[in-house]
Amino acid sequence: MNISSPLHAKSGCSDTPILKERGQNEVFCGLTGIIWLHRKIQDAFFLVVGSRTCAHLLQSAAGVMIFAEPRFGTAILEEKDLAGMADAQEELNSQVEKLLDRRPEIKQLFLVGSCPSEVIKLDLSRAAERLTLKYAPTVRVLSYSGSGIETTFTQGEDACLASMVKTLERTEASELVLVGALPDIVEDQFLDILKQLGIENVSTFPSRTKSTAPRVGENVKFILCQPFLGDTCEALQDRGASHITAPFPFGEEGTTLWLKAIAKAYNVDSSVFEKVTEAPRNRAKKALEGVSNKLSGRSVFFFPDSQLEIPLARFLVRECGMKALEVGSPYINKKIVMPDLEMLPEGPVISEGQDVDSQLDRCRKVKPDLTICGMGLANPLEAEGLATKWSIELVFSPVHGYEQAGDLAALFYRPIKRRELLKV
Amino acid sequence: MKLSVWTYEGPPHVGAMRVVTAMKDTHYVLHAPQGDTYADLLFTMIERKDARPPVTYTTFKARDLGSDTAELFKQSCKAAYDRFLPKALVVGASCTAELIQDDPGGLAEALDLPVPTIPLELPSYQRKENYGASETFYQIIKMLAKPAYKTDKVSCNILGPTALGFRHRDDVTEIERILLESGIDVNLIAPMGASPDDIAKKMGRAHFNVMLYPEIAETTCRFLEKEFGQPYTKNVPIGMGATTDFLSEVSDLSGLGKMNSDKTRLRADWWSRSIDSTYFTGKRVFIFGDATHVKTSARIAKEEMGFEVVGIGCYNREFARSIRSLGEDLGVAALVTEDYLEVEAAIQNLQPELILGTQMERHIGKRLGIPCAVISAPFHVQDHPARYSPQAGWEGANVIFDTWVHPLVMGLEEHLLHMFREDFEFNDRAGPSHLASHNNQPIVGREDNTNDQPKDFKTQGLVWEKDAELELKKIPFFVRGKARRNTENFAKEKGVSSISRETLYEAKAHYAR
Repeated sequence: MNISSPLHAKSGCSDTPILKERGQNEVFCGLTGIIWLHRKIQDAFFLVVGSRTCAHLLQSAAGVMIFAEPRFGTAILEEKDLAGMADAQEELNSQVEKLLDRRPEIKQLFLVGSCPSEVIKLDLSRAAERLTLKYAPTVRVLSYSGSGIETTFTQGEDACLASMVKTLERTEASELVLVGALPDIVEDQFLDILKQLGIENVSTFPSRTKSTAPRVGENVKFILCQPFLGDTCEALQDRGASHITAPFPFGEEGTTLWLKAIAKAYNVDSSVFEKVTEAPRNRAKKALEGVSNKLSGRSVFFFPDSQLEIPLARFLVRECGMKALEVGSPYINKKIVMPDLEMLPEGPVISEGQDVDSQLDRCRKVKPDLTICGMGLANPLEAEGLATKWSIELVFSPVHGYEQAGDLAALFYRPIKRRELLKV
Repeated sequence: MKLSVWTYEGPPHVGAMRVVTAMKDTHYVLHAPQGDTYADLLFTMIERKDARPPVTYTTFKARDLGSDTAELFKQSCKAAYDRFLPKALVVGASCTAELIQDDPGGLAEALDLPVPTIPLELPSYQRKENYGASETFYQIIKMLAKPAYKTDKVSCNILGPTALGFRHRDDVTEIERILLESGIDVNLIAPMGASPDDIAKKMGRAHFNVMLYPEIAETTCRFLEKEFGQPYTKNVPIGMGATTDFLSEVSDLSGLGKMNSDKTRLRADWWSRSIDSTYFTGKRVFIFGDATHVKTSARIAKEEMGFEVVGIGCYNREFARSIRSLGEDLGVAALVTEDYLEVEAAIQNLQPELILGTQMERHIGKRLGIPCAVISAPFHVQDHPARYSPQAGWEGANVIFDTWVHPLVMGLEEHLLHMFREDFEFNDRAGPSHLASHNNQPIVGREDNTNDQPKDFKTQGLVWEKDAELELKKIPFFVRGKARRNTENFAKEKGVSSISRETLYEAKAHYAR
């Protein structure tokens, strides 16, 4: 299952001991994934069963509110719901009924568990089964947990997709599935390249609507577009699909190796591969050239956030010439990020989990040229004199693939450029 | 269970954070799961704070629930004390930790730290942010403030300003200036800028208290009146009339007689009397926000701008009674709700010409094509300006005048739009020049899509005839919704099922004011 990495096994940071941290985690919970999932899955509604805090988190993390009524909401638990479970289930029924009455276009409803609903052990999977029977076949009701006690930020998407795997239809056909919510523009670019490579029956997961969902079976292969999809990966494997491992498609090199892993799995002739990827590869290299020399030689420090940190560090070090000082990730699934770890040159501290105050101490000590961190930390660090890039932008903007390689590098260069530009 | 899409207030522990973050030398240890740390970004992003809020979260996970979350709390509390060395420690639980009942207060006390620890019990499933701020402030004062000899010279405390409050930073500066000009010393401002030491030693020395924001300071003001014999002001000095009333109250409380506040910087009164403002007369406004800002805005709108208040409401139920009675005085229905969809429906129904609201109403306004000015929290980063822009006092009155007028189409411009409505560049689709962002936006909730060829169409069982529809389109966009609604109501009243050009003008005459 190894990839055709230019480096050979057991190299880079693959054996670097991981600094495991426990303490205050300054990260979002998995509910945050709803912000992009509800735009991606167009016939779905995400109903968080939680507290006022959950509702407040969602609107704060979204940063700006979306004008139209969004396809998510929070059923806020009240005192009486905590007192009796039976009542809570009843209440949920009536909330769902009201919602589906008002929003008849909804075809998939996700009941999303939160910290309070998990602590009071409100059984949302049972509720989902019951409601599915009630609203079938028009609406399918699923449940997953986006709670902070179980999930960190992007793990919410993992939990959501994993919950959908069991609903996928079975197939004997040979099909390829791209797994992970990508902006439509990136998804279309990948589908176009794969078509040119002669690979047929490609679908995406999550699909934009329920009716275009991928199918799964022994002859289905899948590749992850995002590194945080460990549970989804296992769930797909449990249903017989096989996983194509590869570094993640960030930058020219990452995208090429990612596509190459697919091409290899489908025995695409290397001359075809070269021909199809040559033009976009050159475009990506050209776009990167303009920015990478600005980043080259500068140091970077990652606070844990989205699990994108290791693949992004690999991109910044290898394609932009940066020096990684610490690469922090909320969770490291070695099975999934090993290809990226192997390619990341030795040197940085690799840390998992967080004790935010001691990590801030480490960061201040090494004074990186660029710090990648969440919005709670960015302004305070800027005020201390460090250039920062807020990490949530990496999850919200199109950054995968050839055509975005230059944009991705530019995202990291922007805070540095701004500091050079300003005379204040 | 209540379905909520956007909320006006956060949970009560966010209110506690607003108080603690505003203070000095105070730290808050919050028993909360990972994810609740999102609240930091409210301060670092919306208010652009250059330091992290002084809050340590225990960020427990599922695996901790099986073992010992109480121990985790104690460790976090001890570590936070050792690292930050605060002069007072506030401890409490967020909604999830409230369910596991670890008793943060008791646990913190058991640590026997050398500083006061202030336990908070904020019922997360019943109450909200403003309550959390009010209760936190009260508990801090109750625990720390000591009786003291009054200052020799007449002095007061200014109570209520917190972090993330709508223009609190500048209101405090303005009110402090007005008080100083009037010969009254400001003894202590709290919570904003106050340390536990200040509260212990200085709070009791003031002769009276200025209650700047009742939502946050009323409970504390009552306590201080009872315990320390400090009376407090009831007028919130936002608006010209309210500031004048506030000063006369201060004059009574201080016994100093005439207040000498320098009104030469006040321009809003003349600006309002000047002729370009004539066209404000009777502009229909809808007001929604926290009760204090709604009450002050209603008075400004009516008495100082000459608007017609067509609807009011607030999201904080604690003040429901006073908002309802204000509604009665104004002869309008008062809406008390936390559901922004209800607010949207009310606005859509009333078709005001201006909304005074929160960032939520600003979005509603964009959706409905109705201009909006922000008067209350919750607010967006763009409503936390770099420049000095209070709401309170004389300068506040100037700021409010400018802010409310800005989104409106000004007097002459309104006439020009009307005169040249068929000009290809200067037409109502182009919108007023300074509202470029509104151009070409589909106006949801109104069926007047001017791109369509006019044809008879049915609405509410009424048919608009082609000539009436054409005539309607000649009416400037910012009053067209009202004209349509009035005409339809008029037609229904008269039992007319088909609206002609004549019906339109009959309705216009009927509703002429």
